[in-house]
Amino acid sequence: MPTTYTQPRYAFRPHPGGEEHAPLVIVGAGLVGLTAALDLARRGQRVVVLDEDDTVSFGSRAICFAKRTLEIFARLGLGDRFLAKGITWNQGRVFFQSREAYSFNLLPEDGHEFPAFVNLQQYYAEQWLVEACEATGLVDLRWKSRVTGVENHADGARLSVETPAGSYSLHADWLLAADGARSLIRETLGLAFTGQVFRDRFLIADVVMTAPFPTERWFWFDPPFHPGQSVLLHKQPDDVWRIDFQLGWDADPEREKDPERVRQRVKAMLGPDVPFDLEWVSVYTFRCRRMERFRHGRVFFLGDAAHQVSPFGARGGNGGVQDADNLCWKLAAVLRGEAGEALLDSYDAERIPAADENILNSTRSTDFITPKNAAARAWRDAVLELAEDWPLARPLVNSGRLSRPSTLWNSPLNGPDEMPGLAPPGTPAPDAPVMRGERRDWLLRHIGADGGFTLLAREVTPVPLPGITTLVLTDTPRPGTLLDHSGLAAARYGLSPGECVLLRPDQHVAARFTTAAPAPILAARDKALGHGPLGR
Amino acid sequence: MTQLRTAPRLAEPDEFYAALMEAHRALDDAASRKLDAKLILLLANHIGDMTVLRQALAIAQGGKPEE
Repeated sequence: MPTTYTQPRYAFRPHPGGEEHAPLVIVGAGLVGLTAALDLARRGQRVVVLDEDDTVSFGSRAICFAKRTLEIFARLGLGDRFLAKGITWNQGRVFFQSREAYSFNLLPEDGHEFPAFVNLQQYYAEQWLVEACEATGLVDLRWKSRVTGVENHADGARLSVETPAGSYSLHADWLLAADGARSLIRETLGLAFTGQVFRDRFLIADVVMTAPFPTERWFWFDPPFHPGQSVLLHKQPDDVWRIDFQLGWDADPEREKDPERVRQRVKAMLGPDVPFDLEWVSVYTFRCRRMERFRHGRVFFLGDAAHQVSPFGARGGNGGVQDADNLCWKLAAVLRGEAGEALLDSYDAERIPAADENILNSTRSTDFITPKNAAARAWRDAVLELAEDWPLARPLVNSGRLSRPSTLWNSPLNGPDEMPGLAPPGTPAPDAPVMRGERRDWLLRHIGADGGFTLLAREVTPVPLPGITTLVLTDTPRPGTLLDHSGLAAARYGLSPGECVLLRPDQHVAARFTTAAPAPILAARDKALGHGPLGR
Repeated sequence: MTQLRTAPRLAEPDEFYAALMEAHRALDDAASRKLDAKLILLLANHIGDMTVLRQALAIAQGGKPEE
């Protein structure tokens, strides 16, 4: 049982039963479902969330929250909590047998509010999301509410919900399925989920200890304390350390979960003199697979329900949060009547390539970490042996290619790029330090903050445009503008005086203009709202 | 675009072959495989051109010269 964290228990409220109708329903109050609920609520939408449990997830699970994910949580008002509690790390070390083969530094660029990664147990993120959802007054969190059936109709989905107080039927105009890798919604609707199974097993141990290890990501290939397999060590808050032991396919999952056996493994790793407690243990296998499409009429699949990756690279939780970021502004725009339903097809157009990128990277990492035959092992060991002395081999060492945000290169929503070069349409908006009056501030805090489109203009004040918030960057202090005192904002967006960039509500570049003339900007905004042909 | 050079270029082919055999002589299968892998990694980095490397890979997999 966890000793460093007390799981909250959320109240179950009995439902009167019968038939009910709701515009927006999310199934799954996990990391991704809660992110979507909060995002939609902050856009003024009422949301019903169904979850079969009455608490947050158990064990550390997703632990590495990537920069883009932190920026999304900052947009949702939770950025400071992640920074304050999370463990920021930049240094990674890779060991081969008893020697260090190679180390890397993520070398985060200066002038961003958020670091490359913070480590945090998933339950904290979920707890904060629940609190923030409740504070909106718009999220109806229904705990102990298990979906037992779903029908997909042209005008929405009909759910059968089972609770301790009885069953009821819930008709959702729009349904977001964030119910995890074994999604009942996906399985009930008979939708395929295909890809590669990896014949390997891993043991996760959350260990409490005050250890002398630095705040770094350590990865061992074939270490003396766990021969022939790999081990990954991450530091988390509360002196909790996450250790992933590769076990091989023949391991017996039940036997491996035996706490005494896990203790022996950890002891072999830490040495006899390091006291520790076990918080949580789990044995898992993994797959890399995805659904053919994530939108099915009025049902959307997000996170692990839609796509599954191996854990190397921190691409599961981060990918899922980015799904929610992508979908929610579009759905809110449709519900407000600002966009047609065709806009929602762009969720597939934008998030399927992102899922493929994550699957490709995590599959390659897995192939390196888990050699499939003698030749693959020889190659991997050759890379690791060379890496210690020869830099040429280091780029080939693959202990996980860590999550990076996907650029929406071929999105049908992308508008013109009148000054090609930096931050092309589809790019997640780069952050930069700015000054607002005497106060130090960050550019991203002002982009999408009001839920709408933003026009970022340098040294020019565009005429006010309906539905677009104007943000003026200046080189010298001027009231009502953001001072680009370091020049980093102009540099990162490639903006010369008089030029401007249109940004989507999810902080992605929509289009780039050499002047602030209204007509092309409004046309690009309309395109980004899905008005007009959406063919790829 | 650079092409894989397929005309003979080694001034001392027998010497190269003998050096390879010598390197493998005392090794078991696993060590031999690792030696070859290191050699290919070093040479691939020297070549540094994915097009050329793909051409070499295709020939190694049984590709035939174009007529």
